[in-house]
Amino acid sequence: MKILVAVKRVIDYNVQIRVKEDGTGVQTDNVKMSTNPPDDNAVEEAVKLKESGKAKEVIAITVGEEKAQETVRKALAVGADRGIHVKADNYIEPLGIAKILKKVIEKEKPDIVLMGKQAIDDDCNQTGQMLSSLLGWSQGTFASKIEVKDKSMQITREVDEGLETIEINLPAIVTCDLRLNEPRYASLPNIMKAKKKPIEQLIAKDLGVDISNRIQQLKVEEPPKRKGGVKVANVAELVSKLKNEAKVI
Amino acid sequence: MSVLVVAEHDNSKLKTFSLNAINAASKIDTDIHVLVAGSKCENVCKEVAAVPLVKKVLQSDSSNYENYLAENLTPLVVKLAEKYTHITVSANTFGKNFMPRVAALLDVSQISDIIKVNDPDTFVRPIYAGNAFATIKSNDKKKCITIRPTSFDPAPSSGGSAPIEKIDAVDIPNISKFIKREETKSERPELGTARIVVSGGRGMQSGENFKLINAIADKLNAAVGASRAAVDAGYISNDHQVGQTGKVVVPDLYIAVGISGAIQHLAGMKESKVIVAINKDGEAPIFSIADYGLEADLFEALPQFLEELNKLNTIQK
Repeated sequence: MKILVAVKRVIDYNVQIRVKEDGTGVQTDNVKMSTNPPDDNAVEEAVKLKESGKAKEVIAITVGEEKAQETVRKALAVGADRGIHVKADNYIEPLGIAKILKKVIEKEKPDIVLMGKQAIDDDCNQTGQMLSSLLGWSQGTFASKIEVKDKSMQITREVDEGLETIEINLPAIVTCDLRLNEPRYASLPNIMKAKKKPIEQLIAKDLGVDISNRIQQLKVEEPPKRKGGVKVANVAELVSKLKNEAKVI
Repeated sequence: MSVLVVAEHDNSKLKTFSLNAINAASKIDTDIHVLVAGSKCENVCKEVAAVPLVKKVLQSDSSNYENYLAENLTPLVVKLAEKYTHITVSANTFGKNFMPRVAALLDVSQISDIIKVNDPDTFVRPIYAGNAFATIKSNDKKKCITIRPTSFDPAPSSGGSAPIEKIDAVDIPNISKFIKREETKSERPELGTARIVVSGGRGMQSGENFKLINAIADKLNAAVGASRAAVDAGYISNDHQVGQTGKVVVPDLYIAVGISGAIQHLAGMKESKVIVAINKDGEAPIFSIADYGLEADLFEALPQFLEELNKLNTIQK
C-alpha cells in the first residue's frame, strides 16, 4: 500500500498575525513559518501505517514557493520515504491545489491520501474534499481515528454532534483532525538522513491543469478590536456586575 | 439569480442553523429554494415550508440520504445546481463535508465561512483564526458558499407556506457507508445557539472537576464549552470544543474558566457579547479580551459563584 501525504507551509500557529497597513494581506516577512498543524498529524499517521507494515511507501508532497520544501523535508525527517515539491510562486486556491494533487496522484497511484482537515492560514477547509470529488474517491473528513483494512478503512470523524464512524472504500482521501495522534519530533540523526532522501521538483504551471484563481481578494483588514474590560475583586462583585451592569443574568 | 440552500436536519427536525443560512441567503437574493435531502423527512420539509423567506422546498427522499454521506449527497446537489447562481449551506461539519465536493465538480472556487454579504459577488470572511477579515469577490459564474451561521440571525420560522416539490434521488457511487453516530445527549441548550456558555480549559485539571462547570451551567441554563486543551486531555468530548477548528459561539455571556486564551480558542468566542474570564494567572491573554476578569483559583471561585447565583432572586432564562 502506498500513501501520499500532503503538507502546507503556513505562518506558525503561535505567531500573532499582523495585517499589512495597505490592506493587501498579512505580514509574512521575517515571520516564523511551519507545517500546518493538522498536516503534521497526517504525516504521523502515514508513518505509523508504514511502521505497522500496512503501508510500503510514504510520499510527502507540497505545493508552494521554494521554501515550502522545508515542510517536505520535515516529513522526510519523521519517516516519509521521498518527497515531491510542486513549485508555485503565487497563492493557489484550494481548487487549483486539488487539481495539481490529482495530476500527481494519477501518476503515483497511492491507495490513501492524507492531509490536514484545514489550513490555519486561509481556513478554507476544502482541498481534501475537492480532491476526493475530482478523483471520484471516497472521503473521511475530520478524522480522529483511522483503521485500515484490505480494501476499505474505518474512520471515526469528529462532527458537531459528537463522533461518527464511517467505512470508506479504498482508494480514499482522509483529512486529519488534531486529535488523530501525537506527532513525533524528528531526531537529529533522522534530520541528517532526511537530507539525503530525494525530493522531486515539478512546476505547477507546467502540469497542464487550470490553476487560475477565481477569487479576488479586495481587502484584508483587522477585525474590530475588543477592548479588555475591568478586573473584579471577588465573585460577589462579578455576579453583581453581570446582574446590574451587563444585565446578562 | 436564485439561491439554493441545503438544509441541515436529522430527518425529523430542521437544525436551527439552517434558519441562519436562509437569512444569509436572503442577503444575496430573495428567490430562495431549500433542498431537504433525507430519509422520511416530510416533517423537515413542512418546517422549511413555513419559513416566510423560502419560495420553494425541494424534497428528495431516499435512504441513501439518511446519514448525509458527502459522496451520496454531492451528485444530487450538483444536478440541482444547474438552475441556481448560488449554492449555500451553513459552515459546520455537515456543510464543510460536502460543499467542496460540489464546488470541485462545478469547477468553482468555494467561498468558505462567510460572515457578511456585501453583494451577490462580494463577501467578507475571517482568515487566520479570525485575526484578519478578507473582503473577497468571486469571479465564478456560479458560487458555492458556506455560511458562518452565528454571524447571521435566524430567519423567522413561521407564517410561510412555500410549495414542496418532490425531486428524484440521483444515483450514488456506493463507495462509503455509515456505521454509527455517538451523540452526546444533554438536557442543556445546544452549544452553538445557547444564550450563555460556560467553558472550561486545562485549568480544570480533570473531567471530574467539570462538575463545577456543569453546576453553574445548570443554574444559568447555559451550554458547556471547552478549550481544545481540555478536549485533548480527555476531560470532555469533542463536541464541546470552542475555537478555530471547533465551534464558533456568539452567546450573550461567555464564561471562560481556567482557559488561558490561545488565539485558536479566541477565534471561537471573541464575538460573544459579554466575556468573563476566571483564571489564577493574572497575565493570561484571556484577560485582554474579557469584559470582567476575576483573578482567582477556580476551585474556590466556582463554588462561590454558584452560591452567589443561588442568592439571586431571579435569573434570566
